Amino acid sequence: MTQQQTTGGDVRLTGISKTYGSFTAVHPLDLTVPQGSFFALLGASGCGKTTTLRIIAGLEEATTGTVSLGGKDITGLPAYKRPVNTVFQSYALFPHLDITENIAFGLRRRGVKSVRKQVGDMLELVQLGDFARRKPHQLSGGQQQRVAVARALINHPQVLLLDEPLGALDLKLRRRMQLELKRIQTEVGITFVHVTHDQEEAMTMADTVAVMNGGRVEQLGAPADLYENPKTTFVANFLGTSNLIEGEIAGCGTDIVVSAGGGKLRLPGDRCSAPAVTGGRVLLGIRPEKISLAHADAAGRIAEGRNRVTGRIVDSSFIGVSTQYVVESPAGRELQVYEQNIERDARLVPGAEVVLHWNPAHTFGLDASQSKLAGTMGDAGVETVEDVS
Amino acid sequence: MTLTEAPPTPAAEPAGPPVRKPSARRRLVPYWLLLPGILWLIVFFAVPLVYQASTSVQTGSLEQGFEVTWHFRTYWDALRDYYPQFVRSLLYAGSATVLCLVLGYPLAYLIAFKAGRWRNLVLVLVIAPFFTSFLIRTLAWKTILADGGAVVDLMNTLHVLDVTSWLGWTESNRVLATPMAVVCGLTYNFLPFMILPLYTSLERIDGRLHEAAGDLYATPATTFRKVTFPLSMPGVVSGTLLTFIPASGDYVNAELLGSTDTKMVGSVIQSQFLRVLDYPTAAALSFILMAIVLLTVTFYIRRSGTEDLV
Repeated sequence: MTQQQTTGGDVRLTGISKTYGSFTAVHPLDLTVPQGSFFALLGASGCGKTTTLRIIAGLEEATTGTVSLGGKDITGLPAYKRPVNTVFQSYALFPHLDITENIAFGLRRRGVKSVRKQVGDMLELVQLGDFARRKPHQLSGGQQQRVAVARALINHPQVLLLDEPLGALDLKLRRRMQLELKRIQTEVGITFVHVTHDQEEAMTMADTVAVMNGGRVEQLGAPADLYENPKTTFVANFLGTSNLIEGEIAGCGTDIVVSAGGGKLRLPGDRCSAPAVTGGRVLLGIRPEKISLAHADAAGRIAEGRNRVTGRIVDSSFIGVSTQYVVESPAGRELQVYEQNIERDARLVPGAEVVLHWNPAHTFGLDASQSKLAGTMGDAGVETVEDVS
Repeated sequence: MTLTEAPPTPAAEPAGPPVRKPSARRRLVPYWLLLPGILWLIVFFAVPLVYQASTSVQTGSLEQGFEVTWHFRTYWDALRDYYPQFVRSLLYAGSATVLCLVLGYPLAYLIAFKAGRWRNLVLVLVIAPFFTSFLIRTLAWKTILADGGAVVDLMNTLHVLDVTSWLGWTESNRVLATPMAVVCGLTYNFLPFMILPLYTSLERIDGRLHEAAGDLYATPATTFRKVTFPLSMPGVVSGTLLTFIPASGDYVNAELLGSTDTKMVGSVIQSQFLRVLDYPTAAALSFILMAIVLLTVTFYIRRSGTEDLV
């Protein structure tokens, strides 16, 4: 067993799939996690992300495909022989051992005699020095979570797997632990594979996010790239909020012109993932914060060349930094608009006739054959606990 | 506390909510509920215990009647006359407990982790013997271990009897009426009392702890040694207690499957009470046995240190 080394290599999944009877949890997928990266598997409950993680850990046997680590095939290795450690969703700390022994567990199993120094360093890293002799049940959720991280990290695994490690924490603690985990990852430089259903968590922490849906990877990329250039409606809705407007392609060029809701909207041709054929249908996407709102009376002052949609405010809620409006328009029944509260126009109240306008460059195009609702709350649901099955 | 009791006043005073002060009465409710149990304990445990204690320091005879004379010497005499039976009781009960643990643990483990959908069926099978009377089951063992029976024949053929008789567990040609028969009977009769608590504590172990151990480089054997077994200690302790305590006072197995050489203290107490009619000695023996068991158990619980386990 290798020890004290972090020069592992990439995790490579090739044709990995998992079926339980007639149910397919993971469709054949290829995935490469570059060494040293913070990689997030993001998706709703039952999308196969935990199963994928467990296959890497060796806790689950893949139905097909191979797992390799740094070029070495580890598909057939049992969990206890893999240089990989897991932070479990429920932490799975050993209740009969104190914190020191919990953290030292992996070292002892590999025959390391003097664990005191390393355990001390680890307790320092996760800031739990005073709790060395406590039992797990005497610790709070956040502290238990840090013990679970320390218990895995002390083994210097080539890859650290995190299975919804923050799922049981309250929001505030969760944000703090996200930063903490990110700090630890930068500090130790180990590859982290993080499973989560929380898109904000995935985006703030990970270098690369793989969005999973129905046992498949929908899209993979850097958080900003996924957010700006979603390739499917699921990604568009699951990561943040998107306004999706259905329309018909009226002309193709560098910009695609789409007629929707009685008007013409433009989007850059290279940001359209749907086939650009005149007469074809397309879903036009725009993020709520990219849209500006003008009262109908002030429509004349809108600059030329911007996409415009007319509508009527049906709801507005003041958030503090911004105000969120819901606008009804021929182009879409409930368009979301987030306006920064810099200069608030007092006329923008429910019932007001308004014009929505935005820079065409911020528009993206999606294949209209998909469900517009894929990945929205009603479709995927909000979950707190991932069921392991 | 939840308010589940229905207000006993139906339509008498409909105006205004009843502003009673229920607190004093309600506080007494738990004690009222405890009352039957406490009464039961007083009548069937405390009173007999005091009665037996007084009997143990009486002298006299059945004809002239017994009288409290604070004759503590009875205890000493009882211990002196019957210490072999005491030692034997502890030895047999201890052996049976160890055997129960050795036989019961794998079975409980299997039911808890491997039985799958057969789990309930197997559990019912474990309890099934209770549907027959204790006496009849023990008598059945008399037939099973009978001289010239299949078990004895087999042991003879395999030369197991040679070994066991050399160890003093059996005679050279029979099993019945030997220590081994008594221990076998005890083991058989108390096995479910070992399996059930073991099963309960094993079943409660979070399966993810096994995964976590495996993830942290523990082989399945090490996982068992370092995680599963320590976590099942509450079951081991309660199982051994539930086996050892009744087994050490048992006399049915020794009576039916043993001989005069395998008498346990339970048999002595029984014959002192019912045949010899020496009530003081019988009572004293009971108290000595109680004291020994209490001491052993206290020591054992202290040593096993299970208070820590959740």
